[in-house]
Amino acid sequence: MSDVVLRVEDLHKRYGREEVLRGVSFTVRRGEVKVILGPSGTGKSTLLRCITRLTEPDRGRVWLEDVEVTGRGVDLNRVRASIGFVFQDFNLFTHLTALDNVRIGLLKVKKLPKDRATRIAMEQLERVGLAHKAAAYPAELSGGQQQRVAIARALAMQPKLMLFDEPTSALDPELTGEVLDVMTQLARDGMTMVVVSHEVGFARAAADELIFMEGGRIVEQGPPEALFTRPQHPRTAQFLKKITALYEGGGALKDER
Amino acid sequence: MIPWEELEPLRLGSLKFDPAWLPQLGRGLLTTLEITALCIALGAVLGLTLAVLRVYGRGPLYWLSSLYVQFFRGTPLLVQLFMVYYGLPSWGIVLSPFASSVLALGLNTAAYQAEYFRGAIQAIPQGQMLAARALGMSRWLAVRSIILPQALRLVIPPWSNELILMLKYSSIVYFVTLMDLMGTAKRIAASNFRNVEVFLLVALIYLGLVVAISALLRRLERRVRVPGLGGGAEAEAHH
Repeated sequence: MSDVVLRVEDLHKRYGREEVLRGVSFTVRRGEVKVILGPSGTGKSTLLRCITRLTEPDRGRVWLEDVEVTGRGVDLNRVRASIGFVFQDFNLFTHLTALDNVRIGLLKVKKLPKDRATRIAMEQLERVGLAHKAAAYPAELSGGQQQRVAIARALAMQPKLMLFDEPTSALDPELTGEVLDVMTQLARDGMTMVVVSHEVGFARAAADELIFMEGGRIVEQGPPEALFTRPQHPRTAQFLKKITALYEGGGALKDER
Repeated sequence: MIPWEELEPLRLGSLKFDPAWLPQLGRGLLTTLEITALCIALGAVLGLTLAVLRVYGRGPLYWLSSLYVQFFRGTPLLVQLFMVYYGLPSWGIVLSPFASSVLALGLNTAAYQAEYFRGAIQAIPQGQMLAARALGMSRWLAVRSIILPQALRLVIPPWSNELILMLKYSSIVYFVTLMDLMGTAKRIAASNFRNVEVFLLVALIYLGLVVAISALLRRLERRVRVPGLGGGAEAEAHH
């Protein structure tokens, strides 16, 4: 039995004349956490969306365990139900309470009976520390709380893989911590995760591997300490230096308040 | 039973209102309400379908629904009513004045309601559909369980306007000999020349209905309101 959860092979995507992905390949093993970083506009979000075909790749193949996601006749809804997706701007369902947001996939997609769905949903809200907000609507929650509910919503589906698309970049600095804490805990619990994020602290603490992307390609990948201390590629070095200053500086600022 | 015929007329200056009109106007009012309710219901079902097709449909489904909306919004309501009542019989379809009225008004309001529904659907942020698809919902399931519950809340104010307009526009059914509130008024006025009194009374009845319907729909809107969706004041208060 192979323990490869995700295999991405030679993904290409272009929008008009702009080539956003130019042949991206990587694999993720069970329990592994990979953090993808790189300048904005280098196709990181497109890459995540292509993995679940929320955006249709032009070329290349994706496997989730032994199912070819890009294969003909694949049941995409089923594939997506087993991949948790966390968006930059949360995208909680506006008309539903926190509990209903977490429960709706279980009821409508997995077709679980209501009492079981409720139990699972409450467990997941508990896990992100928001059981007491079960009855609140998204507009009544802070950004950090909304993102934690969104993580609970994805977790409730018992995904084989979680994809995070810049989960903290829409948040005020003082709210990123609570979301990163949840994600770090998830990583410790053995969840398989691919995270697009510039949070250096999280990358160092939780990532098994960093993937540095630029211009639609993977420039360099490796264990975080190796990449931070002796990057092979000058672009990687430059970029990591910049974001380290930015984010760790931001962190220091946060502590002073 | 109230003996309307025996009651004294109400005099206001030179105006004279005869209580004997009331039972007739009451029957007319009932017809008006029936037509309005039926055509609004027909229009809501058809309009919602058209709106979903216009937003999510492709190819013929998209352009046929667009053509429909264009046609019924681009031609006079009275012309549409006459096409149904006087036109269809030449194809062997003979409908009663009542059925013709419900059909013509229903087809017409469907086009307008479709536009209101479409506007509301398009006002829902793209991320909602994206998140629903990411959870494994089919497009249709996402429309039903995520998009429409939000869009229907947003659509209540413009939809209330449409309901009020149809209540008033339904008075044109008098042209196909149907005795609704307006038709009845015309008949009474023709028999006693009390045009001012009869039409003033009828206007007041329409006004009363409009006020009542508006109040009911505002209540409905408040009842289904969710923080962060439409009506901003409440949502803002939490920030």
